[in-house]
Amino acid sequence: MCGIFGVMDKRRQMMDGSGIRQALSIMNERGSGEGAGYAAYGIYPDYRDCYALHVFLDNACESKAVVDATLEQWGAIEHDEAIPTYDQPNLRAPCTPWRYFFRPDPSLAPGSATPEKDVITNLVMQINRASNGAEVFSSGKNVGVFKAGGAGSWPEAVADYYRIEDYEGYIWLAHNRYATNNPGRWERPDPFNLHDWSVVENGKITTYGTNRRYVESFGYTCSNFTDSEVITYLIDLLVRRHGLDINLAIRALAPPYWEDIDQMPKTEQDLNRALRFAYGSATMNGPFTIVAANPDMMVGFTDRGKLRPMVVGECGDCLYISSEEAAIRAMEPNVESIMMPAAGEPVIGRVAP
Amino acid sequence: MSNNLGSMPLRYRVTIDREQCMECERCIENCSYGVFRRDGDRILINSRKCTACHRCLAYCPRDAIMLEEQPCDYRSHPVWTRATREAIYNQARTGKIILAGMGSVANLPIIFDHLMLDACQVTTPPTDPLREPVELRTYLGKKPSRLDLRRNPDGDIELATELAPNLMVETPVMLGHMSYGAISLNAQISMARAAKETGTFMGTGEGGLHAGLYPYQDRMIVQVASGRFGVNIDYLERGAAIEIKLGQGAKPGIGGHLTGEKVSKDVSRTRMIPQGSDAISPAPHHDIYGIEDLSQLVRSIKEATEWKKPVFAKIAAVNNTAENVAAVARSSVDAVVIDGFRGGTGAAPRVFRDHVGIPIEVAVASADRELRKQGLRNEVSLIACGSIRESADVVKAIALGADAVYIGTAALAAMGCRVCGNCYQGLCPWGIATQRPDLVERLDPDVASKQVANLIHAWTLEITELMGAAGINSIESLRGNRDRLRGYMLDEGLLDVLDVKPVGA
Repeated sequence: MCGIFGVMDKRRQMMDGSGIRQALSIMNERGSGEGAGYAAYGIYPDYRDCYALHVFLDNACESKAVVDATLEQWGAIEHDEAIPTYDQPNLRAPCTPWRYFFRPDPSLAPGSATPEKDVITNLVMQINRASNGAEVFSSGKNVGVFKAGGAGSWPEAVADYYRIEDYEGYIWLAHNRYATNNPGRWERPDPFNLHDWSVVENGKITTYGTNRRYVESFGYTCSNFTDSEVITYLIDLLVRRHGLDINLAIRALAPPYWEDIDQMPKTEQDLNRALRFAYGSATMNGPFTIVAANPDMMVGFTDRGKLRPMVVGECGDCLYISSEEAAIRAMEPNVESIMMPAAGEPVIGRVAP
Repeated sequence: MSNNLGSMPLRYRVTIDREQCMECERCIENCSYGVFRRDGDRILINSRKCTACHRCLAYCPRDAIMLEEQPCDYRSHPVWTRATREAIYNQARTGKIILAGMGSVANLPIIFDHLMLDACQVTTPPTDPLREPVELRTYLGKKPSRLDLRRNPDGDIELATELAPNLMVETPVMLGHMSYGAISLNAQISMARAAKETGTFMGTGEGGLHAGLYPYQDRMIVQVASGRFGVNIDYLERGAAIEIKLGQGAKPGIGGHLTGEKVSKDVSRTRMIPQGSDAISPAPHHDIYGIEDLSQLVRSIKEATEWKKPVFAKIAAVNNTAENVAAVARSSVDAVVIDGFRGGTGAAPRVFRDHVGIPIEVAVASADRELRKQGLRNEVSLIACGSIRESADVVKAIALGADAVYIGTAALAAMGCRVCGNCYQGLCPWGIATQRPDLVERLDPDVASKQVANLIHAWTLEITELMGAAGINSIESLRGNRDRLRGYMLDEGLLDVLDVKPVGA
């Protein structure tokens, strides 16, 4: 049981982090106070063309030297600094959050349609799979993840530790963790991010093994061992590398039952059968609600039995996806509509072009 | 006397409780091996002929018959076991290769029994199959690795990728290849009806397709083996799929031999060989001396059947199974069948059956891993066979990477077979592994087909429950999901090969 929340302004109007802090903390009974995190799009306008790498460093000396050296191999560091933090009475920081604004060298991924993202993917995997005291936990352009774990990591404490009200973004995701394992690891709580995509999950997929073996056969390395990690890689694989529209990617991850496919008109049936044929190993089972975002959209979807809650709200230009209606109302008391999509019915919100 | 060995100690001893016996003579009628005969007012017993097929016990109305295995002790010895000594006496007498029926009797640990399945508790809820769907439907054949899509004039997305033909099975349990000749027509008809009833498929074996099976041909996988018995275009066109047999788990690396006595008129017509002639399948296919030749054969068969049917290839599980499977996956084949070293047989040299090959659990795991590593997993489905004994074995095989399984011995047992291992004698009193008309008649397809269908149905229910308990509602989510297995008392090397964690981890 975790609490998740996402909000998107489709006209890219900026919201500071105070609202989502409020929304997430209203769901504190869904968490255990041992992990929380936020992701925000649009927060680094001054470095909009650089990939913002957020890294947890075990220490700012040896671990940082490893990251510096790796980044210099793959491109150029435009700027780097410690992420500003503010001590909280009950939150113990075992690591130093650092950020780099980085320009990958596209010539290092020859032949790729998205060379910069391939370089970023490679270097994130390279740093994270080694035991070098460094974990890259966010790596997109103009996006950043802020998270913490361990005792005292309630949503308010984590928000205040990073002072997320100082950041302004047009999409925010947040996660209130109910820890089941490795509560002390700061990289464990959601959101999980890989360049464009950030993911928060409430759930526990029963197909982790199948899904991990599948994405790893395409060169991804799962080193965080969380659902959201494998889900992020699946979405990146299906959307960026296989070119599926997001709605088809979601269909592949949480497909209709065969008995429903059998009833569809022929062309639709063919498409859905082919999706299950091609992506059977990507299909996720078990209870989950997922909210994912990239710079252009925010999506929410559940397992096909909808074993975990998902509530959708709309108000003006804003779309909200949440575990609980109360959280939406905490952020926007005048919310205009509240919906509870049926199992297997995804919610896709796109930013106006 | 041509030897000084005398007679061997009795393997079985049959006794009759004379107080219970009412001398109805059903034992005499039922025993095709001639254990019982009447002499005056007594029923006499010749235990030496007994195979422990239990037919007499099963049909004795008074439970008067009792059977004991190995009533005579040898001096116990850990190295010179009874089996090794008896094999030596046998070969000293005959100078021949020892033949044996059914699967390996080597007393080696069974890996399936050391793999424990997972179930959900509180962090994830189990799925209740009574309330929510759990999908066992499986498609066997090539799957695209990615899709080509196009937008039609209405703006809808349509599929541009052409899907290869797949076999759709409603449950991942199929009936394996046992030929007409090795088993009776009634046994084949019983299984074919069961396959039809349960939405699965059945293999013909390499004995051709008897006309009596034509009504079930859309449920038959026709086999092309090295002897090419019964193969012509009509045969290929009748099958739902075609399977090229390259090897067999019970006897990897060697061919097959159906003795002339078993080649009756009907078997002769079905196999397309002269009556009474030995049917010898060579060890290799004489048109396959390299992997590129396999590819030509596969494409020839596909060309002949207009690319409408999936073509499977079956190999025995041996040391380099992973490499073999990866090679076969590149040959236009749609599914690879891997037969483990415990796989059954009508007759195989004992030394092969008990010593050559590797366990199916390991073969499937390493094949699945290699295919994924090489990006070939969607090119072929994997079918595991060779000692699948119960529904839990099916679930474990799929979690190790298989798409579906074939069962053989289990299906025979459902028809009455007691796994006595004397199939090669052709005297099966259950009417299964025999061509003698009076024995074949004992197996009523109306009855036996129901029993086989019951078995598949029961396993399907159990698989559904096991998946539901593990919170998995579709079979493709179980496939290769080794995180849902744990190894109990398996060594680290084996766990590594299986890619399974130990219990408690």
